[in-house]
Amino acid sequence: MEKNVALIALFAALIAALGLMPKLMLGFGVPITAQNLGVMLCGTILGSKRGAMSVLLFLLLVAVGLPLLSGGRGGLGLFVSPSAGFLIGWPVSAFVTGLIVEKWRGPSLAVVAGIASVIGGILVLYAFGIVGLSIALDKSLLETTGLVTAFVPGDFIKSVIAGMLTAALAKARPASVLSVS
Amino acid sequence: MISLTSPIRTKAHYWPASIKLGSLCIATALLFLIEDIWVLISVFTLVMLTYALPGKVFLLNGLRQLRMLWPFILIVGVWHVWIGSFVDGGVIVVRLVSAVALANLVTMTTKLSDMIDVISVILRPLHALGLKLKVVEIAIALVIRLTPVLVSKGSQLSDAWRARSERAPSWRIILPFIILALDDTDHVADALKARGGLES
Repeated sequence: MEKNVALIALFAALIAALGLMPKLMLGFGVPITAQNLGVMLCGTILGSKRGAMSVLLFLLLVAVGLPLLSGGRGGLGLFVSPSAGFLIGWPVSAFVTGLIVEKWRGPSLAVVAGIASVIGGILVLYAFGIVGLSIALDKSLLETTGLVTAFVPGDFIKSVIAGMLTAALAKARPASVLSVS
Repeated sequence: MISLTSPIRTKAHYWPASIKLGSLCIATALLFLIEDIWVLISVFTLVMLTYALPGKVFLLNGLRQLRMLWPFILIVGVWHVWIGSFVDGGVIVVRLVSAVALANLVTMTTKLSDMIDVISVILRPLHALGLKLKVVEIAIALVIRLTPVLVSKGSQLSDAWRARSERAPSWRIILPFIILALDDTDHVADALKARGGLES
């Protein structure tokens, strides 16, 4: 019980820290906001339920007014802004990612966690995000899909990184990768 | 940790948080029913006047929070200029900015502790489903405490990287970062247990 609560709180803090730390670079000098990498990792490491709870806890703190989203954003305004769909989709995205890692014993954990991150962190998340954008900007689903495709390559790279990190953590701290233990 | 509550005290700081949140919900719902551009502009002007009421610092703080909307305003603006329906574009932009500004107004005038009290009330019905309020409250406190700890550990790792490399820190520092964090978790869990645990 204590360990679970500590892990859920820690990963919520990890999502926050990944957004507040100095920007990290991808190989080609492109800065990444690592916050949705944090959401993917919640799913791949904590598993479906705990991962979703961790993301919910993070969103709760953003909603009550802590500036924990990247760039120091926070507060209730975010939940009526055009990007609200992505925020609402985050817990679901972590849940789906975690569920796939829990259920699928595939070739290797890195591949499974990577594919799970693509399905949960891109397909599921963007479905929510696109609906949110289309409501806020009053555009059709097809038009808003066009607007967000620019972000897919970056998130794809993050999925690959999430897969590799999960496999490496399973070696370094096997007891903490709850999704497969 | 700094919250987004405004340090400028206003009368609204002393209103009950539940009433502010309730009226915000109603106001936002109504806002999305308005189709007339002039009504929307009047609402927007009213919201901005409310921002200006507590003084310049409050107003500038509020406007800074709205800056994150500019990419969306740009997209909608370019789009509607392109298809030539200026009024429709105006309706979308003014409504969007007003909705976010109203919500931020509640955030700026409500203390963190008042917000958490409202959450406790909202979560109470979930008690029947096995959700312990005490656990949620401890988890909230843990996140608030752990976030600055993790940010400082992450920054130290970045500094250590920079001391050894000409290039900017890459995603590779995330692995040691998470391992450091996970080892902390064990201590936190032990500390929670040592102080009576969460089961009772």
